[in-house]
This record gives sequence, C-alpha cells and structure tokens, in this order.
Amino acid sequence: MINEIFFMNGYGLYVWSAFLFTLLSFVSLYALIKAQYEREKNKFITKFGILNSEQVAAAETQSINKEILFNINI
Amino acid sequence: MFKYFEPNKIFSITSKAPKYVLILFIIVLSIGLIEALILSPEDYKQSHSVRIMYVHVPAAWISLGIFSSITALSIIGYIFKIRNFFLISKSLAPSGFVFNIIALVTGSIWGKPTWGTWWAWDARITSMFILALFYLLYLIAWRIYKDDEKVFKITSIITILGIINVPIIKYSVDWWSTLHQPASINLLSKSSIHTSMLFPLMIMTAAFALFSILIFLMKYNTELIKIKNKGLDRL
Repeated sequence: MINEIFFMNGYGLYVWSAFLFTLLSFVSLYALIKAQYEREKNKFITKFGILNSEQVAAAETQSINKEILFNINI
Repeated sequence: MFKYFEPNKIFSITSKAPKYVLILFIIVLSIGLIEALILSPEDYKQSHSVRIMYVHVPAAWISLGIFSSITALSIIGYIFKIRNFFLISKSLAPSGFVFNIIALVTGSIWGKPTWGTWWAWDARITSMFILALFYLLYLIAWRIYKDDEKVFKITSIITILGIINVPIIKYSVDWWSTLHQPASINLLSKSSIHTSMLFPLMIMTAAFALFSILIFLMKYNTELIKIKNKGLDRL
C-alpha cells in the first residue's frame, strides 16, 4: 500500500514532483503576499504614530484606519 | 450600484475574511489531496500519471477564469471610471499568474511519461505560454507606471489584447492537431470523465479557487493600506 502510494508503478517521481511544485508555489506566493502586507501595515502604524493630535482626530474619522490599526490579522 | 464596491465599505469584510478562507482552504485541500493521491483510481491507459490532472487542470481553469475576470473588470472600470475595479484586477493577477505557471510546469511534467517529451510547441501549450506572457506584461505595467490614468489605460489594453488568446486556448485542441488531448469535461454535453475522477477534480478545483480568493483578499487589503499610507502623508 505505502509502496504503491510512493512509487505509483514507476510514475511516482512525476506525480509527486507535480504536486510538490504546486504546493511550493502556493507557500511561496502566500509568503510573498503576506510579507508585502506586513510591510505596508507596519509602515501605516509607524506613520500613524508620528501624527499630531489633530491629524489623529482627522484620520480616525475614517473607519478603515481603525480597522487597519486594530482588526486585521491574517 | 457601484457605490457598494467602494473600498471603505468593503474593507471591514475583506479585512476579516482571509483567516476564515485560509481555514476552509486547508480543510478542502486536505480532502482533495487524499482523494487525488490515494482514493481516486488509476487510468487504464495513463496509469498513476493521470493524478497530475488534479493539479494541472484546476490550475489552468482558474488562470483562464482570473484573466477573463481581470479583462471584464478593467473594461468596466475604464468605461465607468471605477478605480476600485482596477484595484481588484491588480489583486487578482498574482494568483492568476502563479496558476498559469503551475499549469505549464505540471503539464510539462505530465508530458514526459505521456508523450515522451517535456515540452512541445503545440497550439494548446504555446497559447498557454502566451497567456503567461500577458500576465507578466500586466504585472510589470503596474510596477513601471506610477501615474494612475496611464496605468489604467495600459493594463486595460494588455488585457483586451490578451483576452483574444483565451478562446484560442479553449478551442486550440479542436482547431489544430495537437499533442494535447481534447476536453474531457463539457458543460453543455456529456463529459467523458468518470465520476470517480470527476469528484476529486472538483474538490481540487474548489481548493484552488479558495486559494486564489485568499491571495486576492490579502493583496487587496495590502493595496488599500498602501493607499491609506499615501493619505496619511497628505494629512
């Protein structure tokens, strides 16, 4: 049973490499997009931190800014 | 109607959705992998190599679907001047491109035991390769051009030119004599694929679709935060 799953009548190398390439592509794309997201979020938090009180009040009128600061966790 | 697509309105949904989509994706993918690699039968002609179909076919379907969606959104966005449609298109492109590459690479791996060659410049493979080039052009255009009006125009032109290739991909196996087999699944007529293979194929397609939704949501949120970063600079 285990041998059949791994070797697949001599086709195992082809089948497993196709599936591994697909999963590796998924992981790489996810990691890349996640890194871009974290970079932009950290930039936003840094920029928000150096605003003065008037600017913070103006920024907080938009709910999307609060969502970015407090709610997003992927 | 288009006001419902405003980023400020849908961000509260798109910001929370990724974690649920990720969980659902892992569950569906796990079921799909068990079905595709263990439970589904081998083919009487291609033996176990047929299992490559479970990653190759969904990847090709989704890359074609995403490119068609990008084109429709770009055209509507350009006509009605809806900036958010371009943002959605831009966020869809990375997963579409990766699925296109997966379809090409897994097709090449499948080609070796089936046709005896890794690559052939036949109509289906070449037209899929051309689609990958259009995806690449589209992604590069977003990186090169910073002016919104210019990038909207150029990406729309790229998608309009690229969409001409989509029916060529679909019908290439009927119009030309190719190494690639004709379609086994038809929406309008009886499919030639057995249900024991169709079921895992559908599960893997659902898993791949969920992954593209996940990447889209993450990328879309990133793009919105990028816009908000520019907004904070102007305060």
